Amino acid sequence: ARALTPQIAETDAIRFLIGTQSLKYDNQIHIIDFDDENNIINKNVLIHQVGEIWHISASPADKGVLATCYNKTSDSKVMTCAAVWRMPKELESGSHESPDDSSSNTQTLELLCHLDNTAHGNMACVIWEPMGDGKKLISLADNHLLLWDLQESSSNAVLSNSAALEGKGQLKFTSGRWSPHHNCTQVTTANDTAIRGWDTRSMRQIYYIENAHGQLVRDLDFNPNKQYYLASCGDDCKVKFWDTRNVTEPVKTLEEHSHWVWNVRYNHSHDQLVLSGSSDSRIILSNMVSISSEPFGHLVDDDELSDQEDHHQEEKTKEPLQDSIIATYEEHEDSVYAVEWSSADPWLFASLSYDGRLVINRVPRALKYHILL
Amino acid sequence: MSAPQGGPLPGPGEPGSEAPGGKRRPHGMLKLYYGLPDPAGEARGGLAPGGDPGGPTDINGAHFDPEVFLTKLRKECSLTQLMDCETDMVKQIRALDSDMQTLVYENYNKFISATDTIRKMKNDFKKMEDEMDCLAANMSVITEFSACISSTLQDQHEQITKLSGVHTLLRKLQFLFELPARLTKCVELEAYGQAVRYYSKARSILHQYQHMPSFQGIQDDCQKIMANLAQKLREKFRDGGSGAKDLAECVELLLQLDEPAEELCDEFLSHARCRLEAELEALEAELGKPCGAPVTDILEFIDRGCNIFVSNMCLVIASYQELFVSREGVQGITRMAQDKLVAFVNSLMETYFSLVERRIQLEKGVGDNSLLVRALDRFHRRLQALAKLLPASNVAAEGTEIVVRAAKERIRQYLLALQSFYQDCLTDVRQSLAAPRLAGKESPNLAELLGTISASVLNQIKSVLTYVHLFTAKDITFSNKPYFKGEFCSQGVREGLIVGFIKSICQTARQFCETTGDKGGSTPPALLLLLSRLCLDYETSTISYILTLTDEQFLVQDHSPITPVTSLCAEAREAAQRLLNHYVKVQGLIISQMLRKSVETRDWVNTIEPRNVRAVMKRVVEDTTSIDVQVGLLYEEGVRKAQSSDSSKRTFSVYSSSRQQSRYAPSYTPSAPLDTNLLSNIQKLFSERIDIFSPVEFNKVSVLTGIIKISLKTFLECVRLRTFGRYGLQQIQVDCYYLQLYLWRFVCDENLVHFLLDEIVGSTAHRCPDPVPMEQSVIEVICERG
Repeated sequence: ARALTPQIAETDAIRFLIGTQSLKYDNQIHIIDFDDENNIINKNVLIHQVGEIWHISASPADKGVLATCYNKTSDSKVMTCAAVWRMPKELESGSHESPDDSSSNTQTLELLCHLDNTAHGNMACVIWEPMGDGKKLISLADNHLLLWDLQESSSNAVLSNSAALEGKGQLKFTSGRWSPHHNCTQVTTANDTAIRGWDTRSMRQIYYIENAHGQLVRDLDFNPNKQYYLASCGDDCKVKFWDTRNVTEPVKTLEEHSHWVWNVRYNHSHDQLVLSGSSDSRIILSNMVSISSEPFGHLVDDDELSDQEDHHQEEKTKEPLQDSIIATYEEHEDSVYAVEWSSADPWLFASLSYDGRLVINRVPRALKYHILL
Repeated sequence: MSAPQGGPLPGPGEPGSEAPGGKRRPHGMLKLYYGLPDPAGEARGGLAPGGDPGGPTDINGAHFDPEVFLTKLRKECSLTQLMDCETDMVKQIRALDSDMQTLVYENYNKFISATDTIRKMKNDFKKMEDEMDCLAANMSVITEFSACISSTLQDQHEQITKLSGVHTLLRKLQFLFELPARLTKCVELEAYGQAVRYYSKARSILHQYQHMPSFQGIQDDCQKIMANLAQKLREKFRDGGSGAKDLAECVELLLQLDEPAEELCDEFLSHARCRLEAELEALEAELGKPCGAPVTDILEFIDRGCNIFVSNMCLVIASYQELFVSREGVQGITRMAQDKLVAFVNSLMETYFSLVERRIQLEKGVGDNSLLVRALDRFHRRLQALAKLLPASNVAAEGTEIVVRAAKERIRQYLLALQSFYQDCLTDVRQSLAAPRLAGKESPNLAELLGTISASVLNQIKSVLTYVHLFTAKDITFSNKPYFKGEFCSQGVREGLIVGFIKSICQTARQFCETTGDKGGSTPPALLLLLSRLCLDYETSTISYILTLTDEQFLVQDHSPITPVTSLCAEAREAAQRLLNHYVKVQGLIISQMLRKSVETRDWVNTIEPRNVRAVMKRVVEDTTSIDVQVGLLYEEGVRKAQSSDSSKRTFSVYSSSRQQSRYAPSYTPSAPLDTNLLSNIQKLFSERIDIFSPVEFNKVSVLTGIIKISLKTFLECVRLRTFGRYGLQQIQVDCYYLQLYLWRFVCDENLVHFLLDEIVGSTAHRCPDPVPMEQSVIEVICERG
């Protein structure tokens, strides 16, 4: 399984959506509820019949709406398509079933609309406009960047704009993110070793990081609080942080993984916390204080420092906050293809590996208090 | 015992003479004698128990008190002892008596002869007294006569004195009257010295009597002439044609003529300056154009500078000091003159120094620098002489400063030269790595290249060390300056040159690792490998060797902090490790790229039944083999886990039948759709985690393992992104078996390869909607055919 997303519109319960990947059986979307107080996981299953799910993303506006990219095999041809779905009403806001009810009266997703890609090729991923009303989508299909408008209560998707990568060779987008800043007018995509920024109004390229990674760029994420900061990861085992105003050099580079890094995610509220998942089956949680929006280091002026010893002491205790690896999680036995923070609890995250294992972890308590206090 | 025996004492063997003999000697001797343990002493010891020498009980002591002695005896001794003591004492008394008598006899004769002598002396003295009276009478007569004579001669003597006084006066007057004529004559004859001498003799008198008209006239004349003379002298002085000695003479005469000293100083100096500047200009001309090559070599240049300029300078200083400074004139003038001289010398030397420095800067060749050192030595030596002449000036310090600067500059140049030499070596290696593919059948021998590069670098370092060593040679004057003894050796040569060079090697190595992160870069992997080995060699032996060599040649006395060998070694090792890691990465990437392309570009759903191993796999094996050869040239084999030569087949059969089947098994049973991987998970629990891009060790097997790990993991991840048809799966099976057949021998732990290949086939089966594995026998046939 590769597809994992938090249910973004849900802000109370900790809920993740997972898409399965199987060629032989009906694929499913699992809705995982995590009860933080009782440490109980609830699972609901929705059938996703059209094919194995490569990418899943939840609407930021409507809890019940989600988009998937799936493989459709027909006539010995494999095609990756994308569609927007609605889950049954009763599942929208959590489980009402008892956990032991494994008979799982599986329900089916309701197809809202299809993102027609016959002209553009395989869909790599679908991204929702992060702040909007859930009516705008971007999908990446081979070398096309497609902007969709959902109309008539999402039952119809109209291609409103598109852009294409041109160049020699077969260019293919691998992933993309929609920036939550600038009124959601910027999208960043990755293809091969390059990162490109796009303006969704003109569909023009606004910045271009050539050779951002030594090899394929696997994933991107925007700093939720600093509008120009961007994290990327790739096959060269590195996680890099960029300032999009100056793209010649990365701001910072982490080289902790021992294989390709598939996923990188900023914490939604504390942007010093960065998660990365890799096919060395590790998840690394790093504390990037120096490039976060959090005030860092010395807030107190020097003269104030000198006159009060209490102050001094306090400063001392705060100072050791430096860029560091907070924790390395090694629960997975196989390559980790997805990590996501919970949208409801900023101290909680889930990770998914190839063998289908989902692990939910918390930020270490000591660090949490350190950041909060 | 031997000392008293040899002395004038009677031998201790005759007890009879013992006591009297001892008695005649001074107390000290006796004490010394009886203090020694001999039989006689013991007998005495009985008499004076407790032996209290000098005390009241010591019968021979000065403070002998008979009462105390008696009481003591009575108290301490028994009757027989007392009796013995008494007889003994009586015996002693008798002996003493007889001694006294002999003494009296002896002395009596002497006394009589002395009386005779005295009587004779009395008679002689009486005769002498008479003669003395006679002598006194004669003397008084003589005195009377002499007084008489002198009184008669008195008058005449006074007259003679007066006459002679008048004569000298007249002579002087005549001299004065003749003076103007003489002076003119002298001036005509150019005997200026003579003229000045005459004039200075007459001057004071003329001055004294100038109120008399006749003298006034003479004085006026003289002054006119002398003014004329002074004028002439000055002209000559200004003329400058004469040598320093003539000049000095002029100045001396002028000074005697009471010309103002300050003006003279200035004039003298300005004159000297003219000449010296002319010399400097000549030197500058020799310097050549600023950009062009110098006309003469540096030794010649410095030589000329020393011989002409510095020696003239010395001459000037010496004569100047003689003229102005060392005169017993007014203190003020001396001081003023001295100050002027110092300023003068400093300003001129400054120009000279700047010239020398410019010349030194022109000296850029990094070959033999013995010429330079000799030139510097000469320069320094001459300056020492100059400084001795004029201690107030700072020329010596500045000269040393220049030498130090030159030395520093030299070290810097050598460092640059070493670095560029190293770069050149690298370029050579690059070229020889790139070029001869067509010329020779074999790729260039890496080990040979390594040998050449390390040997040539080492030689270069050694020769540079010898060059630099010249600076500290014993016969060079500046070599015992504190700078050259301490800082030059430790900070300059050791830290600046050698350590700097080693660090720069490591730095270059690191740069290779960093810059090539993007898209493979241009560095050939073989070069990385070579450099890695080079760094490792440095770590193990070369660094310590070079540093020991340096420390030996430059006995470092300075205690400033120096970089320890260990930290350099650590740095080199780190560089070697990074290079090797990078090498593994680059090679791994090259192979990965091939595998990835092969997986990504193929339509796996619609492939035909496999008949052959894909060409890519053969290529992978070929490349791996060539890498193996390449690495084998430079690194040792390394350890691998024990295995039998036949192990590949056996393990593979296990893997392909039971293990693989077990991995597929859950997939066929629809009852557990979500726990498909349970079994494989359990298997994984027991297998070790594999770090793909992990650091490698310095041996062949480890390097190869790293490369293969990277390649296979890429293969795995790529496979997982695709969907396969039945034949696609079978093709992968064939490919994997082929890899299995050939790759196991390169790695340290073949299970690793098995595990990864297993994983690949397993994942492929997962990605296949219709997994029908191929018969193992068929696979084997295909592979053996291929």
